Amino acid sequence: MKRWHLIVAAILLASAVALAQAGRGQRPNTGRGQGAEPSGANGDGGGRLARSTADLSVVDGWGNPVKDPLAGGKTAGPAPVHDVSGTWEPARGPGAGIQANGPVSMPSDGVHEPPFTPAGKAAYDKHKALYGYRNVPPSLSNDPRNHCDPLGFPRADLYQLRHTQILQSPKKVVILYQYDKRYRVVWTDGRDFPKELPDDRWYGYSVGKWADDTTFVVNTIGLLGEPRTWLDETGRPMSDQMKVEERFHRVNANLMEITVTIEDPKFFTRPWVAMDKFPMKLQSDDYDVIEMLCAPSDMESYSKDFGDPASGIVKK
Amino acid sequence: MKTFLWVLLAGVVVSTPVFAHHGNASFDAGKRLELKGTVTEWDWANPHCWLKFDVKDQSGKVVNWVVETSNSADMVERGWSKRTFKAGDQVTVTLEPVKSGQPVGRVISVLLPNGKTLGLNYVGQ
Repeated sequence: MKRWHLIVAAILLASAVALAQAGRGQRPNTGRGQGAEPSGANGDGGGRLARSTADLSVVDGWGNPVKDPLAGGKTAGPAPVHDVSGTWEPARGPGAGIQANGPVSMPSDGVHEPPFTPAGKAAYDKHKALYGYRNVPPSLSNDPRNHCDPLGFPRADLYQLRHTQILQSPKKVVILYQYDKRYRVVWTDGRDFPKELPDDRWYGYSVGKWADDTTFVVNTIGLLGEPRTWLDETGRPMSDQMKVEERFHRVNANLMEITVTIEDPKFFTRPWVAMDKFPMKLQSDDYDVIEMLCAPSDMESYSKDFGDPASGIVKK
Repeated sequence: MKTFLWVLLAGVVVSTPVFAHHGNASFDAGKRLELKGTVTEWDWANPHCWLKFDVKDQSGKVVNWVVETSNSADMVERGWSKRTFKAGDQVTVTLEPVKSGQPVGRVISVLLPNGKTLGLNYVGQ
């Protein structure tokens, strides 16, 4: 083996160790949800919302205690029929749905790459993303969300998927996303897509149907696409021809898996899966989700104070 | 083979997210500075919260440093809050500086006036 092989192997090993440590840093243990065990706090100097070793209860976005549906060793009951309502959160921890380096099943790591058409690759090459293997410094990016533009759909699933509240009525299912306080309406009144949509929308036109007692399938079209919306955080593009299928499969009373399949004949040669059975666990229904808004004035201050100097841009 | 290994290496390195709004391109990865100073401003906001603090060097010159954390929702999960700092607090900040040479970086941990340390691990770890 050549010497550079050994060097690369050593660096890879060190990176893997660092990655494992970072993974531990991402692991949740906030004392809530399935299998979570109470333990001591390491940062209780933060004021009203902070938790101390004396207070092991789960708190919501207002710092109020909430009930853990699986506290006291309870086990989850069977999945209810035709019901995806509730407050859901990524089961693997608060950071699991952020997907900064691309959707969980198609990370931007230089190895995984969706099946671009030439037009899709050309659009991708124009995007300067803040994450992924081609990431650029903060002030050199051309991500539409740098101006606090809406993420749009399906990026709302593929980036910053956090607490997600789902409400059901006889004719529709409403999905409330924590990030930027956005919502979608999914029609369940038996309609099909209109023959012609009057306009494309950031969050598209969604129709949902039950594939079986515990699997809700949502199809979405009528999306804005290039250049106004990106598919993910790493600059993968989407066109106005994009169709998205989401499958919400309720495994039991407390666990739901989301699978997202992308189809876009203009930018991708074939359909591909962006999230495969991504687990979401049910949070207590009295959990009050904290606000998470992209305010243009905050973004401006952040760019001036941090983003520009961090990127080597000095404005007097 | 060589190209593949370097691509794989790049993938491993960039797949270590610390914060969610931007990647690591700006930062002098692995470098650490420990600076004692006085808080001038604590901005509890998105896309990141950021702390400004004055640091006096040996010649007596004061430099205002700006260090970022993650966004407010994530920092709550880590035990931080809008009330974590107030202007005038004496703090010791361990940070990773940027490569541009400007007095900016990102927080690794902060020693607070009450002797407690806040870091980036989620509460309970």
